[in-house]
Amino acid sequence: MNDVVIYAVISLSAIGIAAAVILFFIAKKFKVIEDPKIDIVEEVLPSANCGGCGFPGCRNFAEALVNKSNKDKNIEGLNCPVGGNKVMSKVAEILGLEAEEKEPMVAVLCCSGSKANAPKKVNYDGPATCVFVNNLYAGENGCPYGCLGLGDCVVACKFDAMYMDKETGLPVIIEEKCVACGACVEACPRNIIELRNVGKKSKRIFVSCINEEKGGVARKNCKVACIGCGKCFKVCKFDAITMKNNLAYIDYEKCKLCRKCVEECPTGAIHELNFPPKKPKPEKVMEKQKTETVSTEAKVVDNKPEKDLNTGG
Amino acid sequence: MKTFKLGGVHPAENKLSNNSPIQVLPIPKQVFIPVSQSLGAPSKPVVNKGDQVKVGQLIAKGEAFISSNIHSSVSGKVLKIDNITDQTDYPKQAIFINVEGDEWDENIDKSDKVKREITLSKDEIIRKIHEMGIVGLGGAAFPSHVKLMVPKGKKANLLIINGVECEPYLTSDYRLMLEKGEEILIGTTILMKGLGVNKAFIGIENNKPDAIKHLTDLAKDFEGIEVFSLKVKYPQGGEKQLIKALTNREVPSGKLPVEVGCVVNNVGTAFAVYEAVQKNKPLFERVVTVTGKSLKNPSNFLVRIGTHSSELVEKAGGLPDDTGKIISGGPMMGKALNMIDVPIVKGSSGVLLIEDSETERMAVKNCIRCANCISVCPMGLEPVLLAQYSEKEMFENAEKEHILDCMECGSCQYTCPSGRPLLDYIRLGKFKVGEIIRNRGKK
Repeated sequence: MNDVVIYAVISLSAIGIAAAVILFFIAKKFKVIEDPKIDIVEEVLPSANCGGCGFPGCRNFAEALVNKSNKDKNIEGLNCPVGGNKVMSKVAEILGLEAEEKEPMVAVLCCSGSKANAPKKVNYDGPATCVFVNNLYAGENGCPYGCLGLGDCVVACKFDAMYMDKETGLPVIIEEKCVACGACVEACPRNIIELRNVGKKSKRIFVSCINEEKGGVARKNCKVACIGCGKCFKVCKFDAITMKNNLAYIDYEKCKLCRKCVEECPTGAIHELNFPPKKPKPEKVMEKQKTETVSTEAKVVDNKPEKDLNTGG
Repeated sequence: MKTFKLGGVHPAENKLSNNSPIQVLPIPKQVFIPVSQSLGAPSKPVVNKGDQVKVGQLIAKGEAFISSNIHSSVSGKVLKIDNITDQTDYPKQAIFINVEGDEWDENIDKSDKVKREITLSKDEIIRKIHEMGIVGLGGAAFPSHVKLMVPKGKKANLLIINGVECEPYLTSDYRLMLEKGEEILIGTTILMKGLGVNKAFIGIENNKPDAIKHLTDLAKDFEGIEVFSLKVKYPQGGEKQLIKALTNREVPSGKLPVEVGCVVNNVGTAFAVYEAVQKNKPLFERVVTVTGKSLKNPSNFLVRIGTHSSELVEKAGGLPDDTGKIISGGPMMGKALNMIDVPIVKGSSGVLLIEDSETERMAVKNCIRCANCISVCPMGLEPVLLAQYSEKEMFENAEKEHILDCMECGSCQYTCPSGRPLLDYIRLGKFKVGEIIRNRGKK
């Protein structure tokens, strides 16, 4: 009886020792040498794994940062939109480099085709995802460029910075929470969401329409479409506005936020955000009201974000 | 009786316009001819604003290999070349023509006399079909001349003419077979010559006994043409299903029918080929079924390409009040339209008005794993799995499960007792997988 126990202990120990020796050599041979900086950098990063930097996760981004700093002695072109300048300067400190200052960005919705502005013409009752509907047809309001209102962007947002406004049928971006990771831009099949700079005191002016159709056709589907009349282009003193394909576009780097174009726009397609209210001039009252009703983002965010999407199935 | 073995369903036939002979629709005041009417690259307009055109004059040239010529369907003045919302619901380039009279191109033989003798050679036939802008009239609108040019290393030995018309409601092919039987058979002979084969099968489902009898009688005078009666089963009109039903040959996954020596053409195409080769007439009109349960007179019209669908509906008794859905094509594979004012194109086989009460989708319930969708899939796929992969964005897996073999017949969704949007998701998956494959090719 005792013999059996002793043999078992001896044989198992022998196997254990042999395995340990083999494993020791294998571990030595296949040792992965990793820069210890990667771990340090990763700890500084926000660990959101949102992919906003262009890498699958924060770990990959940290690797890329360390590799680039070892190779080129700079980290140009690599940026964590979530952490912003704060995190990037910390990273640069760890790597012994200087970080470039980046202007903070925020997502804006370039469509005002709300239920009131672009009334529904047909009913759709298939799966509720924008990507699918975009393949199928122009959408319930008939605008082939406009928001489909099924909320792929809201699903894509990992920071709870978006919700669907049930009243307008459009997504709303909560500026305070938006980190400009670009997930919604990626998710939108119609490229309606654009990343723009936050601007002074979060003031922004942009054309809230991407419809390239001719004015009449665009207006048929949506009251507040850009009709490409070029009035804003003429009034702009800073060459910030370009006209292309029946559509005006405001370059946020050139725009000086003078708001001349907002007043000029006959359809109210140009939106201003976070400006103090202006005293309405008597003759402009009508237009002013129009822009106020269509502005989807200017609302102070006191409604709770709702996750009420039925993602099909 | 012959049919394909795998899967298939049998929806209610509802062939309401069966007894309505083909009527010529009056020429509209204005036509809108989209420049992309076939599969492949859009054609390039060769007329300018203000030009006078005649019926049958070339107005847009297909320059790519897979593209087709487009001819004017009316005579008159080109109003403009502008974007128009077509059946895809997106703005597409189209040529607007204001109609003035009805003056035909001199080369077109307008007489009714049936011309049997084929004088052109094989290459001349293919060139003629290309010139005249003939495309497959079954629905997909694949340029016909491309089909006749068998790729190197492959050999075709059988031409199949598709007279199945398995879609419920549609009757345009049926009426054409009854009224233009002889022309179809001559067209078939021309296609046989163009393809270099001496055998042709015509497949017709046995819910059209008079068409089968009519064509069988006529085919006695034609060498090598045989007419087969097939058991009614949807989607027998699919190329691969029809080949399987008639010859028991199976087209491998991802390959064309020519792999097994077959080329399939629709009866409508055979008729168009007859007119192009024997009468010099380009493809500028086609038979379109206008139907619906509450429509006053469901009928079959010979329509000029570019006519608004609304004019057809008007002629058939006007848009019923209880219309819930307007579909271009048949109820199974057709496309719901956002508005009725879309132009008829070469691929439009029907305009179907569905009653409001019939348009509601079933409430989506959970999958109960009954496997009905798998047993009805004519391609032997697993729709439930493909739909799930697409829904969860696992497109690589969907590709491995041959999602691209799906021909979107809709049998799975039709049969699903839980009302799941299977085909919707499969379509999304097909689109995404296609995108992935194209990107892979670029790298």
